[in-house]
Amino acid sequence: MQDVKQAVRQFLLDNFLMGSGAVIADDASFMKGHVLDSSGFMELILFLEESFGVKVEDAELVPENLDSLNNIEAFVARKREARAAA
Amino acid sequence: MTGRRQLLVHQPFFETVTRLPDKVALVCDGQRHTYGELAARVGQLAGLLKEAGIGRGDRVALFLDNSVEFITGLLAVSSIGAVFMPVNGLTKQEKLAYMLNDARAAALITHAVLQAAWAGALAANTSVRACLVVDGGVDVARIEPRCLAYPPARPAPAAFVFRQVDSVPTSETDLASIIYTSGSTGDPKGVMLSHLNMMSALRSVLAYLPVREDDIIMCVLPLAFGYGLYHWLLAAKSGATLVLESSFAFPLKVVQVMAAERATVFPGVPTIYTQLLNIKGLDKFDLSALRILTNAAAAISEEHIRRLRRTFPQADFYSMYGLTECKRVTFLPPDQLDKRPGSVGRGMPYQDHWLADESGEPLANGCTGELVVRGPHVMRGYWEKPDQTAERLRPAPASTGYAGELVLHTGDLFRTDAEGWLYFVARKDDIVKTRGEKVSPREVENAIYALDTVLEVAVIGTPDEHLGAAIKAFIVRQPGAELGERDVIRHCLSRLESFMVPKYVEFVTELPKTDTGKIKKTSLR
Repeated sequence: MQDVKQAVRQFLLDNFLMGSGAVIADDASFMKGHVLDSSGFMELILFLEESFGVKVEDAELVPENLDSLNNIEAFVARKREARAAA
Repeated sequence: MTGRRQLLVHQPFFETVTRLPDKVALVCDGQRHTYGELAARVGQLAGLLKEAGIGRGDRVALFLDNSVEFITGLLAVSSIGAVFMPVNGLTKQEKLAYMLNDARAAALITHAVLQAAWAGALAANTSVRACLVVDGGVDVARIEPRCLAYPPARPAPAAFVFRQVDSVPTSETDLASIIYTSGSTGDPKGVMLSHLNMMSALRSVLAYLPVREDDIIMCVLPLAFGYGLYHWLLAAKSGATLVLESSFAFPLKVVQVMAAERATVFPGVPTIYTQLLNIKGLDKFDLSALRILTNAAAAISEEHIRRLRRTFPQADFYSMYGLTECKRVTFLPPDQLDKRPGSVGRGMPYQDHWLADESGEPLANGCTGELVVRGPHVMRGYWEKPDQTAERLRPAPASTGYAGELVLHTGDLFRTDAEGWLYFVARKDDIVKTRGEKVSPREVENAIYALDTVLEVAVIGTPDEHLGAAIKAFIVRQPGAELGERDVIRHCLSRLESFMVPKYVEFVTELPKTDTGKIKKTSLR
């Protein structure tokens, strides 16, 4: 599932960290590192929905799902499994 | 402490430590900190600062997010008679460097995770003698020789361990804090607040806002912002508990914490209330302990007030108005909400205010004019900016009864009804208020001008239902230049706090001008 992490990392570098030479660790909080603020998270969610065909529900808008590359990878995997099982 | 009783910013905290050492003062990042434990941290940090040669009058920048270190830093700096300078964690390198240099800060306390901003800012600064890096690790001095890891690997030598009896004999008229605020000229201005200013504001707020020892205050506002900062002071003075979240980026998480902690007080700004009210399934959370809701920083719509009161019928709602230069001016008692929902109320206790015409003369009720404030909470002035200070702090005319006394001209236009209740009209200058934050169009324009494909730019605020105002940039490109909306936004994101970044960019062939060649922004609105 390297593809999810890599795609999200590239999205963040292109749109929020352009040219800063910043490195995003897999477990780094986007919020604590000020990579994203609340409107940034909204853009991230749109990106996840468009790129990975998942629907992010309101109740899923929590840091445990969205606030690091690791969390996003696990979250997208869970969503895909749930969809496959359905 | 000896001598006559003074009003110093750290004193209410130490009084509460004596009274309630085992009470939880702060809940942050899943950790609970008692008043006693915080006091020990304050002692250690004060000792470390003294060991680094920081003392009375020195400016110490707190470039920190909402955290236990922010609270500890504020108290430690105040305890040694130094001046704390809160800086929002969103601040980028260039602006941080400007503030450190402008204030000639002697020390900086920051988080390792904010290195992208502070490393470069330190490289452009010579005044900082010590930079304490939270979670910096043992190698932090390799980034910059002035950096030290905090908390330190070894305890401070006994000679430097700070005890409260060592409190330097600060006078209440000494500076306690410098808080930077955006100015219409673009460069941020340092609002100088003495201990007396800050403690007077706290006394006035407590005279109308009934915060008690059993309150649990839920704060998602940045502590680097006056509105957030005072919630810690309110908690420490009352012996209440402050529950601190880093932001409102995840509203659902905040609501979970509010319910779990049984929060009783919630300060917000309109954008936060919009998000809160839009949470689906909000009624599934038990927020019945909430008894006080407040709004400041931007005017809240009457519709939002109605929805908040329907959602939290048990809570009192306070509409308030203030500015960094004196912390707060007005509040609307909750029992007046039905009668005048659009009003921000009347003046706080222990101050005076009036509306003034262009010549500074006070106006009768029912008129529109600039709000002028007089009281012990009014700032000492802007740090090393005598001209801008003189624009804001002006001698009162004889007709007010305070001839010659310096009073604060807020730059905000209000109207009063026949009974003197105040209604916000507009700002006199072109500062834009977006998401409850003040944005100087000039500052955004300066950032955009750094793009060499930009010939001319004008930034204005445009009405926005959710943000209050949205930032909009009108740009004239260099002939033949390829520059898109996204390029401009990305460029701004790398240089400005995110709330300053334009939401809209419009490319135009020319900008409207006045006869003297100045860009005429009124024609863009």
